[in-house]
Amino acid sequence: MPLLSLIVALPVAGALLLLLVGNADGRRDGFVRWIAMAASLAVFALTVLLWARFDPSSADYQFVERHAWIPAFGIDYHVGVDGISLMLVLLTGFLTPIALLSSWGSVAKQVKAFSIFMLVLEAAMLGVFVSVDLFLFYVFWDAMLIPMYFLIGIWGYDRRIYAAIKFMLYTMAGSVLMLVAILGLAWIHSEATGSYSFDLEKIQMLTLAPRTQFWFFLAFALAFAIKVPLFPFHTWLPDAHVQAPTAGSVILAGVLLKMGTYGLVRFAFPLFPEAATYFAPLLALLAVVGIVYGALVAMVQPDMKKLVAYSSVSHLGFVVLGIAAMNVNGWSGAVYQMLAHGVSTGGLFLMVGMLSDRRHTRLISEFGGLKGVMPRLTAVFLLITLSSIGLPGLNGFIGEFLIMLGAFRYDPRFVVVAGTGVILSAVYMLWLFQRVFYGPVTNPKNEKLPDLLPREWCALVPIVAMAILMGVLPNLFIRPTAPAVTKLVDRIHAVQGMHVEAKPAVAPIARQGN
Amino acid sequence: MLTSSFDAVVPMICVALAALAVMAAEAFRGKNEKMPIGGLGIVGLVGAGIAAVLLWNRRSESFGVIAGDNFGLFITLVLVIVGILRMLFSGPVVERDGLPAGEYYALTLFAIVGMIMMATATDLLVIFVALEVLSLAVYTLTGIRRDSMAGTEAAFKYFLLGAFSSAFFLYGIAFAYGLSASTRLDVVGRYFAESATPDNPLALLAVGLLLVGFAFKISAVPFHQWTPDAYEGAPAVVTGFMSTGVKAAAFAAFARVFLSALYPMNTEWTPIVWLVAAATMIVGTVVGVVQTNLKRMLAYSSIAHAGYLLLGLVAAGANQDVGQIAKSAILFYLLTYAITNVAAFGVIAMLGSKARANDELRDYAGLGKTHPALAALMTVCLLSLAGIPPTAGFIGKWYIFTAAVGAGYYGLAIIGVLTSVVSVFFYTRIIVMMYMTERSETGALAPAPVVGMVALAISVVAIFYLGILPAQVMNLAAASIGTIF
Repeated sequence: MPLLSLIVALPVAGALLLLLVGNADGRRDGFVRWIAMAASLAVFALTVLLWARFDPSSADYQFVERHAWIPAFGIDYHVGVDGISLMLVLLTGFLTPIALLSSWGSVAKQVKAFSIFMLVLEAAMLGVFVSVDLFLFYVFWDAMLIPMYFLIGIWGYDRRIYAAIKFMLYTMAGSVLMLVAILGLAWIHSEATGSYSFDLEKIQMLTLAPRTQFWFFLAFALAFAIKVPLFPFHTWLPDAHVQAPTAGSVILAGVLLKMGTYGLVRFAFPLFPEAATYFAPLLALLAVVGIVYGALVAMVQPDMKKLVAYSSVSHLGFVVLGIAAMNVNGWSGAVYQMLAHGVSTGGLFLMVGMLSDRRHTRLISEFGGLKGVMPRLTAVFLLITLSSIGLPGLNGFIGEFLIMLGAFRYDPRFVVVAGTGVILSAVYMLWLFQRVFYGPVTNPKNEKLPDLLPREWCALVPIVAMAILMGVLPNLFIRPTAPAVTKLVDRIHAVQGMHVEAKPAVAPIARQGN
Repeated sequence: MLTSSFDAVVPMICVALAALAVMAAEAFRGKNEKMPIGGLGIVGLVGAGIAAVLLWNRRSESFGVIAGDNFGLFITLVLVIVGILRMLFSGPVVERDGLPAGEYYALTLFAIVGMIMMATATDLLVIFVALEVLSLAVYTLTGIRRDSMAGTEAAFKYFLLGAFSSAFFLYGIAFAYGLSASTRLDVVGRYFAESATPDNPLALLAVGLLLVGFAFKISAVPFHQWTPDAYEGAPAVVTGFMSTGVKAAAFAAFARVFLSALYPMNTEWTPIVWLVAAATMIVGTVVGVVQTNLKRMLAYSSIAHAGYLLLGLVAAGANQDVGQIAKSAILFYLLTYAITNVAAFGVIAMLGSKARANDELRDYAGLGKTHPALAALMTVCLLSLAGIPPTAGFIGKWYIFTAAVGAGYYGLAIIGVLTSVVSVFFYTRIIVMMYMTERSETGALAPAPVVGMVALAISVVAIFYLGILPAQVMNLAAASIGTIF
């Protein structure tokens, strides 16, 4: 059974089905919502099946499918998953139904179009994670922009159009340069072997000149750094997050940002190991700056959603730091942190959305003392807050710990600064919690707020369960990624070592990184 | 079948007969009698399409000046597709605006005859004749709304500058003839290959003048000034035709002349075309950003697209393999661009009314609510123009950029991708209007005619087909190249 194709095609099939449902007057909104939900739940079921049938001891791509697509240029429809992509596929499958569910209360206009865009978005994101062909990857990478653009632009808040266009232009500006680099790689492959290829596995066999690596790595890294977003390319993120509807923010923070870090892990580092080693200190530096800067800016935000958005800049800084460390600990931690951040930040955006649905404001100063009014939401919020801070026993801890471990081996100075980020994250998150939930009810509008509805429970319970599961049984999620991580890290070091022996000229570059 | 020497002109004859039939039908038509005149045109065009398919791979030649090679036939097919789509879009518009139907369709079909001739001619003089045939028809079409000041002004401007560029072109032919004693491309090519030295001023003049002549027709910077005015003033259906058919035909002749006869001079013309390509991409997109009239915006977008085609032309001057890729990329790009742009202008045309063109950006506010299907199809066209997967426009751009990178023109490729990001900005402005802005005025737009919607739906299916499964058409484009250069 072509499991991966099924996973990618199913949301598209759901979207096409929705196109056929006549819903001009909004009378069939409920029906439309259920179709979308059914499609996304089916995708989730398939991703779990994928996980169950995945062989965690192998570092190779599994469930590989390969069909010629544009033979003249050696472009294949080539999909497969290793442990790293498996986890992200799982995360996408997990978060999409939750995001859809969150929209049931808050999205009232054009439900059909909304559901279609969400499903198409899911398909494109899944496509990004399963592509082994660079061309296919780029197609999904770019195609993902359109649904997200519409989700922000149509269903967003006041400044949605500005945010949508900014999101689109920033991301595209980065990715088109990557396209040029991809074309360059295909061309180099054809010069070396006589035939074009966009296949990642074949292109990895090429030996690239240091100068080529330098430029191509920059092109790839820029595309991914904007997506992550790495400081100082992060300015699109607060706008997009804040203006997006809740479901959009959940997907944006939960999955979309991981496409950037995934790109670094899958493409930028393994394809250009020497350039990666050369640039790693710079990436680590920017990551650390992002950690501290994101945390400091988050601290002073009056808007809850913006606060969570900036906290993402900080958390994703950790992921990049782990990747820049280029060792097994750092990378395992980075992959794990991608999942953990997806779960906990997704949860935070959900709950901020719930508060904003009730009060139509996201300003922290409008709230206070909600603990007495909404005890259940308070409990869940506390748990997710703690998981986001990185309390041991919850999902946030393992990733950050592994990343710091890896980074310490790489260069302890980065860890010292990054450590302050951990402390700051506790400050801004707990302070937020305190201002919103503790104290007396200062605003009379908050006195009668309803606590969690059954529908909201359905969205939050899986998040909470996942946060605890990931904290208690981290190996469930680390073990499948380990062989792939080891293979990629070894590859980077092997190429480095080979060149240090073979070509002394590049040795200084390699040494600088260590 | 006639004697073999007529084979290559059969597509042209089909269209010309249709044009004559249209004129005859118009003569017999009662004053307000309705007659499906456009249908005659479609019959002729389908005939031309079938003829082109039958001639495929036969390398027929007529009178030594018209070549039925695959390159010309591929362009012929593009023109046939453009023509048929245009007939479908025109029907309701001609009726609504009360345009003189007989003249309108006959001129359109004669213009297509000129275009096919231009794409298949292998003699500089025949190319010139073709150019005049199509230009005269299109000048008249531009001003076909005699009651419209803007239309008349546009037609006049277009005519003056067109005549001006024809003079350049003719001058170029004169120099080429003076050097080689022939206007046939193969003879001219042999002369340039054997005896022209790069520092021969006459040779340089010939190349330069021909370049200017073509640059006018494809509206490359700095010879693009007429484009926005002419595009804005002409009725939208005509603009759609000008921006695709004329451009495809002119570019086909451009590529044929420069990649065959003038190819030996390519070290001289490549740097100039490089500059023109870069300037065309940059000016087209950057100036497009500030436009508020949709037709003007798409006029600048079409300038930018000419820039991408020129980028392909630069790459086509490179060595064997890459040159082949670049040439087929140009053909593929012409196809994707033609279908998309005709469809986009079709939307504009359908939304107009007799009193008002409704082609300002603000007229599109809230279109997603009032005309959901139309807006969705328009969005696909715009995304394809912007080059976003999985649409035809993306594959077209990717193909061109592959050739550019392969030929080592990284700088030009980077300018190309960055300008296409800028262009995304103005295409999305239209999408923002359609979907994210509430309609303020009460004046509702008329519902779109069914025929037009069908044509639009066909175009969108083609856009997705070329965007998702491009391999076959790409092979076809690649096969058309092998036969001539």
